Amino acid sequence: MTTYPAIVKETPSQTAGPYVHIGLTPNHCGITGVYDADLGIEMVNDKTKGERINIQGRVLDGSGAPVADALVEIWQADSSGLYNSPAERRGEADPNFTGWGRCPTNGESGVYSFATIKPGRVPYVDGRLMAPHITFWIVARGINLGLQTRMYFGDEAEANAMDPVLEKVRQPDRIETLIAARKGNVFGFDIRLQGDRETVFFDI
Amino acid sequence: MQKKEPETGAFFPRDRTWQPIAYTPWYKTSILRSPQKALISLNNTLSEITGPVFGHSTIGEADNDLIHNFAKPGESAIGPRIIVHGRVIDERGHGVAGALVEFWQANAGGRYRHKNEGYLAALDPNFGGCGRSITDEQGYYSFRTVRPGPYPWPNGVNDWRPAHIHFSIFGHGFAQRLITQMYFEGDPLIWKCPIVRTISDENAVRSLIAPLDMENTIPMDAQAYHFDIVLRGRRSTLFENRLEGN
Ligand SMILES: [Fe+2]
Repeated sequence: MTTYPAIVKETPSQTAGPYVHIGLTPNHCGITGVYDADLGIEMVNDKTKGERINIQGRVLDGSGAPVADALVEIWQADSSGLYNSPAERRGEADPNFTGWGRCPTNGESGVYSFATIKPGRVPYVDGRLMAPHITFWIVARGINLGLQTRMYFGDEAEANAMDPVLEKVRQPDRIETLIAARKGNVFGFDIRLQGDRETVFFDI
Repeated sequence: MQKKEPETGAFFPRDRTWQPIAYTPWYKTSILRSPQKALISLNNTLSEITGPVFGHSTIGEADNDLIHNFAKPGESAIGPRIIVHGRVIDERGHGVAGALVEFWQANAGGRYRHKNEGYLAALDPNFGGCGRSITDEQGYYSFRTVRPGPYPWPNGVNDWRPAHIHFSIFGHGFAQRLITQMYFEGDPLIWKCPIVRTISDENAVRSLIAPLDMENTIPMDAQAYHFDIVLRGRRSTLFENRLEGN
């Protein structure tokens, strides 16, 4: 059987630089009239199924200072655990949910936020169900290659305890960095790029 | 047009000796923004393999014309007129159709339209600095802009960025997500730049340098530069009923 190996190298990454917002969220940084709206701002509409939640947090550097020029993107399943993607072969995801969000961090506080829904569970490669989670990608000046992580839900202790990905992280204090605490309908998820409580990042 | 089945295989692991490492102290901002603990390796799950679709209707017709997309009617941005074009392919050499390619840049004087920007070069009232395109069936994209100027930046006392265009590329899977910068053939600042030198492999750097493309240069109008982008490729799903994506 023929296999098809990689034959060309991936394009090397370069930092997003201080002005990533010009390119990816121009309306946010005052460049108006070029695009109707910034992409990834609206993930839900009136008809989206599932529990409405907000995700909110800060991106922080190794000194604890906010990273005010970052950009965060998230990708998640719908409320029944299906991705709104052609590569999703298990069924049809909620057409009223994009699953993808993009948000610049605030220019002073480093805060980002997403209005979304709580995702359903998605199977791991071996068929076991993963706990509900959201995939994150973070870029900024000073980050040479985009960082990938996941957010899990603080109110899903039982599912989190059985999650095959969290299992790989092993140390409980590191797992903590991936779990967002719930307050009302807001899940708080700070991303620490470095330091004692450095967020777990994945090589995916 | 033949309708292709979507690919569902896992992505080839990223070559992290080819990609820049996180901690590169000669690029000072990386010092406090680089994770220091080991990354946790993870087999691709559906969460990494899948990704959203950006239809051609997502974007506007003038989005890939930076000479005009911010300019007043009848006016245009100042600077050498260029076309940047190329293909988005994956590591197996296949064109990536429907990829969202977004780009941003300084104006011809090296000045960005941003409130945090302090360089004394003048703003161009007719230049915004952002554009985007969605690749066609073969993975091609193109846009028109002015050649950006090099600019000084606070790192060393006399560091200058080579002329460059920032690129963000969104393929079919969230794990393919990539941001990079394109440089221009012949620019002597490239090899002096601390950001370029976050990449240790010389051939990797070369892959970011777009050559002048005289064949596609439009006489009396615009020079062309050619820049191909490679996203991570997928394994064939060999043990499923059918071989996908080949
Ligand atoms: Fe730049």
